[in-house]
Amino acid sequence: MRRVLWIIAAAVAVAIPFLVPKTFYLQIVAGAYITAIAVYGLNVILGYTGLLNLGHAAFFGIGAYAVALLETKAGWPFWPALLAGCAASVVLGAMVGSVSLRTRGNYFAIFTAAVGVMIAIVFTNWQELTGGNIGIVNIPPPPSIGPLAFDGDVPKYYLVLGALALTILICRLVRHSLVGRTFVAIADNEDLARAAGIDVARVRLTAFMLSTFLAGLAGGMFAMYNGNLGPDQTGLDITFEQLLYLVIGGIGTIAGPLVGTLVLVGISHELQGMQQYRFLIFGPLLVLLVRFFPLGIAGGFSRLTARWAAR
Amino acid sequence: MHLFFQELLNGLVVGSLYALVALGLALVYGTMQIPNFAHGHLYMLGAYVAFFGVTVAHVGYWPAMLLAIVVLALVGVVLERLVFRPLRNAPEVNTIIAAVGVLFFLQTLAQVWFGGDYRVFPTPYDKVVHFAGLVATQQQLIVIAAAAVLMVALFWFLKRTLTGATIEAVAQNRAGAALVGIDPNRVSMMVFAISAGLAAAAATLIASISLISPSMGFTVILKAFAIIVLGGMGSVPGAIIGAYILAFAESFGGTYISSNYQDAIAFGVLVLILTFKPTGLFAKGT
Amino acid sequence: MLLQVRNVTKRFGGLTAVDDVSFDVPAGHIKAIIGPNGAGKSTLFHLISGYHPATRGTLTFEGAEITHLPMHEIARRGIARTFQTTSLFSHQTVLDNATMGYRMHAATNVFDALLRTPRARREETESREAAYEALRFAGIAPLANRIAGSIPQEAQKRLAIAIAVAAKPKLVLLDEPVAGVTSEETVEHAELIRHMANEGYTICLVEHKMTLVMGLADSIVVLHHGKKIAEGTPAEISADPAVIEAYLGAATHA
Repeated sequence: MRRVLWIIAAAVAVAIPFLVPKTFYLQIVAGAYITAIAVYGLNVILGYTGLLNLGHAAFFGIGAYAVALLETKAGWPFWPALLAGCAASVVLGAMVGSVSLRTRGNYFAIFTAAVGVMIAIVFTNWQELTGGNIGIVNIPPPPSIGPLAFDGDVPKYYLVLGALALTILICRLVRHSLVGRTFVAIADNEDLARAAGIDVARVRLTAFMLSTFLAGLAGGMFAMYNGNLGPDQTGLDITFEQLLYLVIGGIGTIAGPLVGTLVLVGISHELQGMQQYRFLIFGPLLVLLVRFFPLGIAGGFSRLTARWAAR
Repeated sequence: MHLFFQELLNGLVVGSLYALVALGLALVYGTMQIPNFAHGHLYMLGAYVAFFGVTVAHVGYWPAMLLAIVVLALVGVVLERLVFRPLRNAPEVNTIIAAVGVLFFLQTLAQVWFGGDYRVFPTPYDKVVHFAGLVATQQQLIVIAAAAVLMVALFWFLKRTLTGATIEAVAQNRAGAALVGIDPNRVSMMVFAISAGLAAAAATLIASISLISPSMGFTVILKAFAIIVLGGMGSVPGAIIGAYILAFAESFGGTYISSNYQDAIAFGVLVLILTFKPTGLFAKGT
Repeated sequence: MLLQVRNVTKRFGGLTAVDDVSFDVPAGHIKAIIGPNGAGKSTLFHLISGYHPATRGTLTFEGAEITHLPMHEIARRGIARTFQTTSLFSHQTVLDNATMGYRMHAATNVFDALLRTPRARREETESREAAYEALRFAGIAPLANRIAGSIPQEAQKRLAIAIAVAAKPKLVLLDEPVAGVTSEETVEHAELIRHMANEGYTICLVEHKMTLVMGLADSIVVLHHGKKIAEGTPAEISADPAVIEAYLGAATHA
């Protein structure tokens, strides 16, 4: 049942460039995919290990700025720049994680929020490097690989789709492995995990680094796809927005980040002109979900299918 | 030397603002362990209610402030009752997520109501005062004085009245307070009302010095968190002292080091403290 | 000697919860720690397992000092424990619970998981087998796919033991294994604990129910107000006037 849905979703995703009439819509979908990759990253740390990293968008920014700067200032091609961007995000993630993970609960959220905002302040103020509020423009598209060129909307769409597919595959493989089950076990009962000989600090750091890797990947794809970049993509409000997508899609689930992002981005564009009013609905929705339906759309769906299977 | 005293004055003004905002956050955290990430947006909403009072209802500056305090106190009560109380036994993270939902709502509400642009808040006290070679606006002096009055009043309320004592009792031991006949839910609502009311007062005081906008809550909330971490999460005097320390650090840091990174000082302080003391400064032994 | 407890003291602020306690646990033994409420029994377990650091004294396990090791390191040396209020990974399946008990024996990391390396696959099978073995041992294998929080209380207590057994420890600390269990089930649990001992596990248990302790333990340590007031065989302990005094005194004051 679920496998069939995934196959249908993949088929639709591949067919979309032939289905939608305007590149405008293609860009919206690709943008949603990029956000979804970042939301998958947030899901690894919040959904699996139960820790809320409010600096998540800053790691997205690290990946994005690294790719943009390496391409425009150092003349690197996209592919090594993307690798370096992910690496930069993970290395910073390891540094921030090894300090912030010593704090607990509310302190962790406050600490990471502060780190995130500091990084965003640097993006805004280090004008010689980052271009300040204007940001970086004219980021070149990826060079061709043999006959494959990446300088149009459609090829870029497939590139982003590929990154999203890779992200979902990573999350799936990790979640069901011993490593992923250890993530959720620690969130469930930290003391028992310690008593079972699990080095909780190390496992949490692993999750944090994986999470920041995905944020960096999303950032790199953003810089590539849009060709320009500014500090407004890295602030606390962006993390909050990703959090909204995750909670509505379903915290801790495999489909949740994608479903939540697509549904909300879709609704926002459906309500043309309502764009700025959408949070009048989504804000209270978030409050209601967290109280009555903490597993979101995907969690509710798997509960339903489990009920069908039980019949 | 003249510049020094001018910065000292600016520090006092900003510190008064920070103190009022951080106090509310500390009160809520101290009594309920709720990190109210929407607190900055309550402050923002307070500014807009007062703005409405002055520019639309034309009720005058002080009645507008009173209006903002009353409206925000009510908003605080509603938030406690509908959003935070049901989540008391939920994971800590859920409370933060709910607060994010609230702040999205409030920010959009302000946007829809008054548009997303920066607004100038008119003040009747815009005359410039000179003394001892220093320059201040009347409004700046009013901020300092009014904040002091509010803080003294709050202290008197918490320490000298029976109702204030119930807040302290709930903060120290919620279950125990319930046993001696205090209704902790009523106290929680009261604390949220005071907290939001203080934010509204702070917003009205400062709005006529700086501009107001729907996103003004974001920077303020993180600074307020930095302050209460500095002051020992949930401590009322700690929040006040922390607020002035941060304000002076920003004021002098901005002048003598770099104005671009003035805002980063708060977060730097926060990060440093939690790096070396992961359980917070002056944390109660765990 | 498997475990040596020497002059161990724990203070919380002004309160001395465990006061200069010493005893030995020989390999293959069932050692019971008893005492009135608040005698410091659970705190003692927290010290041995590294949950709290000891204020003074030393703990030696298999000849090596473990006093200041972090909790997970002590577990890796071969000391497993259960908690007084049944502690499980309550949102995970029963099988995954037991798998986490074995987890420290598997070295699989993120890269193994992503690349499905031979190690990942081998350890996946190994830990699954170890988990099932522990579940069978505790008699709850049929519940393997249920969510741990949804199975009956008594089965949850068995699962807590299964998690400990899956860790393949040398010493198991059981903190009130039959608290809140009916007398009928208590008998079954006693059998399970006896079974563990027969399988070669050394056991240390904190318990209130005297009947269980007297029937099971090879030797007993009695704590009162954090101090050891007696140690000996069940027969010696039940005849010890200091013990009777402590229990009667506690009973009349309660």
